[in-house]
Parts: sequence; C-alpha cells; structure tokens
Amino acid sequence: MSQLVDTAAAVPNAPAATVPAAAAARHEPATQQSIFDSLTPRADFRTIARWVEPRSSVLDLGCGDGSLLSILRAELEIVGYGIEINDAGVLACAEKGVNVIQQNLEDGLRLFEDQSFDLAVLSQTLQTIHQTAAILRETVRVARQAIVSFPNFGYWPHRLEVLRGRMPVSKALPYQWHNTPNVRVLTIEDFEALAPEVGIEIIERSVLHGGRTIRWGHNWRGSLAVYRVQGVGRGKPSR
Amino acid sequence: MESSVGIVTPQTIHFAEPLPLQNGSTLAGYDLMVETYGELNAQRSNAVLVCHALNASHHVAGVSAHDPTDLGWWDNMVGPGKPLDTNRFFVIGVNNLGSCFGSTGPMSLDPSSGVPYGARFPVITVEDWVNAQARLADSFGIERFAAVMGGSLGGMQAVAWSLMYPSRVGHCVVVASTPKLSAQNIAFNEVARSAILSDPDFYGGDYYAHNVKPRRGLRVARMIGHITYLSDDDMAAKFGRALRREVHAEGGDAYQFSFDVEFEVESYLRYQGDKFAEYFDANTYLLITRALDYFDPAKEFDGNLTAALAHTEANYLVVSFSTDWRFAPARSRELVKALLDHKRTVTYAEIDAPHGHDAFLLDDARYHNLVRAYYDRIATEIGA
Repeated sequence: MSQLVDTAAAVPNAPAATVPAAAAARHEPATQQSIFDSLTPRADFRTIARWVEPRSSVLDLGCGDGSLLSILRAELEIVGYGIEINDAGVLACAEKGVNVIQQNLEDGLRLFEDQSFDLAVLSQTLQTIHQTAAILRETVRVARQAIVSFPNFGYWPHRLEVLRGRMPVSKALPYQWHNTPNVRVLTIEDFEALAPEVGIEIIERSVLHGGRTIRWGHNWRGSLAVYRVQGVGRGKPSR
Repeated sequence: MESSVGIVTPQTIHFAEPLPLQNGSTLAGYDLMVETYGELNAQRSNAVLVCHALNASHHVAGVSAHDPTDLGWWDNMVGPGKPLDTNRFFVIGVNNLGSCFGSTGPMSLDPSSGVPYGARFPVITVEDWVNAQARLADSFGIERFAAVMGGSLGGMQAVAWSLMYPSRVGHCVVVASTPKLSAQNIAFNEVARSAILSDPDFYGGDYYAHNVKPRRGLRVARMIGHITYLSDDDMAAKFGRALRREVHAEGGDAYQFSFDVEFEVESYLRYQGDKFAEYFDANTYLLITRALDYFDPAKEFDGNLTAALAHTEANYLVVSFSTDWRFAPARSRELVKALLDHKRTVTYAEIDAPHGHDAFLLDDARYHNLVRAYYDRIATEIGA
C-alpha cells in the first residue's frame, strides 16, 4: 500500500479542484475557498468536495441532515440523493430540499441500478455498518467511483488508550464503548487489506488529523482516512 | 398556530361536455361535489388537489355547515397552520365520479332512462377520475397544480396525474399507496364484493327501486376492509382478547358459548360495519374497489413501471408506514425505484408507526412534520 499516492488537501490542482465552470458562470462565482469554508462542519467534507465533479450525480450513503449534498448542490450543481435511516435526518433533508431515501444501509442498495451514479459517498458511515463487505461491494456497484472515509482506530493516542487498558475516546471517536454507533473497529492498514477482497481498487488516499493532511506515518498519526475508490476492473479514469 | 378551516359548505359543479371513459363508453353530463379552502392567488399557482381514498369525499377539512360533528377526513393535515397550510395554499377536495357523496354516481338519475344508474353506471378507473379532475382544474382556471396529494387510492390518483398531465403537476405527494394492487389486495376486494353481490337485497344493483340496500353485504365488506387497515400489533393493543362485557355484568371473564358478540374486536367490527352500511352505497363500493384493482400504469409497458414513468416531470414525496401490510413499504419502494431510475426529484420516508394502513389518516409528528417541511419548500418555490 505504500505505493499509494497520498493526496494533500492543500494541493490546489488535485482532481476537480479547479473552480467549476458551472459556478464560475453564475453571478457570484464560487471559489474553492468558499466551498471549503462552508464545509467545515466535518473534516472529511473538504476532501470529499475536492473529489466531486461539477454537475455529477452523487449518492450520499448515510447522509445525516443532508449538509454535504446541500452544499455540493449549491456550489457544484450536483444532482444528489441521500440515504438516511434516522427520522430527524430525513426531516432535516426535506427542510433543505435535499432528495432523501429513508432506508437502512444494511438492507443494501437494491433501489439503485448498476453504475447509475457518478459518485457514491460513504462519509464516516462504514464503521457503523455490520455488513461491511456487502455495503462496499454495493457502493462500487451503483457508482462509477466512491469516496469512503472512516475514523482511523490506529491513531496513536487510540493505541495508547488501549495499552492503558481503556477503549479510546477522542475527538475522532467521541463515544464510550457502550454507547458508540461504531460497530466495526478498523485501521487504515485494515481497510487497505480488505479493499481487494471486496473488489475495490483504491485510486487516491488522503489521511487527515485536525483538518491537516498527514504525509508520513499515516496509520499512527492520522485520525481520519478518506479514500477515492472504484470497483476493480471499472478502471476508467474520471471524466 | 394550527386552527381549523371552520364551517365549510360544498359546491356542486356541473360539466355539460361528455366525458369519454377508459372502458369505451361516455358519461353524458355530470356533477362534481367540491370543497375549497384558502385563497387561489393571482397567478393561480398555489392550488393543491387532495384526492380521496375508498370511502371518503370532497369533505377534507373543517366541519360541515349542516352537521357540526362531521369533521373533514384529513382535517389534521389541512387547515391554517397545518402541514398543508391553507393560509398559503388553495386546497381543493373533490368527490370522485361514481362515489355517493353528491358527485354523479350509481345513485344519480340516468338522463337516458330517468331512473338511477344503479348497476348501469359505467365501471370507472383512476384515469377517468383524473380526467374529470383535470376539467375541474380548468373550471377554476388552474393550469398547473402546485401539488396533487392523496393517501392510499388517493395516492394512485396523484401518481396518475403526474403520468397523464405531466406539465400540470408541480409535486406529487403519495402516502401509503402502491403502483398496483397485489393478488392479495385484489382477493380482499373480491371477498368484499362477493359479500355485496350475494346479499338478497342487492337486486342486481337496482335496490334503490326496492327501497332497500344490501346492508348485510356492505357490513361484511367494511369489516373485511377494516381488518386490512389495521396492523396485527395495533389490533392486539386496541382489543387483544378482551371480552365484550357490560361493566357490572355477571359472569366475569367466562365464555358465553354462543355466536353473539364475545370479543371486543367483534364488537368493533360490527359497529364499523353497521355505521358504514348506513352511509355508504353498495354500487359505489363495487366501483371503487374495481378502480383499485384495475390501477396499474405499468400494464401497457409490459409491467415496466420505470418505462411508464418516463414522461413524468413532477417532484415526488412518497411516504409509507412500516406496519402497513395493505400497501406495504415495499410497494412504495417500487415507485421510488422507478423514479430513481429516471433521477426524478424524490423524497421517500418510511415512518415507523404501529397503526397499519390507517396511519396515513392519523396525527404522527414525524409524518406531519415531514409533509409540513415539504410544503414549506413548495411554498417558497412558488412564493406563496
């Protein structure tokens, strides 16, 4: 996995990082900065937005209150759909006018045809799902590319906590062991080992901590991992 | 603050131009019974059509002028400050053709014979209703509805609107509905119809001339229907195995070993059946259950619902209820899937409510807040 190219969040010419034509054509052209400023609520949103192409179709798996889709629609004119199980999340999406489908991701993505989206997003959702392999396969089935992010349990303070005899509680893992929605504990190394087994090819990786890109020692020093992936054999470069 | 639309008075609108029907026949002139709430704005852009299900009517909200106990069937949904806010929207409730609450139906006089249509009233479809409703819209000068909304059979009309008049529907609100009936659904309808058809007082549909009505058949039909409207859990919670007893009756919880009403649930069904047999028309029951059976927009596309929805333009809110086994969430998901195939704008909510099919008529905060949020967005869109 060391041959992976880590994408630095600060590199301005990362894929799709230029000001989108759609936004530039409007009265008040959106700058990358304005997009990123509005995406501050979740550290991985910035990296995700960088990998979203203007006017693409995006399926957000576990979309919560629809914030990401709402911002991507406003700034990049995407056609977005969210999947959310929580009633309050569904209501918040409806209030924002974000398309949302209420369902449990554990039930799979039967509502969606193969390769029917440009991009699927699993933003800090993977660790909350029991059917890990199934949802990963489904994700790259329904979308040409996918973004997968998750908290890295290998982050060194987490390891230290375990060495001290307690399960870690941190900014990235803000729950106690008994009330956490996280049902799968994984590290960056774990994900990269699983990916080929479930037919996933990693295109790009960005490892973050405190909003900053981690360039070395990512599985120790990074608390959040964000990947751009596609199904093995889908091999077409992004448009 | 939520309040009521208050005392409402229906109006009869006559349509002189004959209406061609799906079965090949034509309905000469006809009347539609209508109630409206709120004000139509100058652009005529804030109109919402509310379509009724099997046994309801044009009386959607408020209380009838002639009967203060007669509350509209969706009064918790429609009114000032309610999820469908009549301060912002002009809402139309219409009684469908073939029904028995004032619109032309089997009880009406057939102009060609001077006697009630009875069994000669044409078998009518959801699509026929929508065509009649489109003429109603014309009569109000409404080119495009902000939304067409309905629950159950009403939801089918909303879907049909978006298929038949794509440019005339902004949003479709489809609650506890289905793109087609299942074999089980049709089977229940057939049992209900058999009960009516086998009642000696049915007289081949011409019971009006005999001054009777097939009450026994209607009672059984309604009892069957009611069972399908409630969930098993809801029935268990409401009635369980409780015995029907006078409060101070002797005998306590001992069985009577008879076929009189023994359990609470029997008492409930008989009460509902009796009430229904008094106010509903048997021919209407036959017609409307048949309209339900026939509804299947995918039929002419070899069963492909996605193909059937190809020309829709509306945005959709689809809502189902987890314990609804009459039109289960899986049926709504079929509709949602077909809409997603076309990347239509769609929101789908599956409300975890215990009340079965009836949940669409009940006040549930999650359900009502969602509908409210959806209409807020529509109101913003049209500046209402």
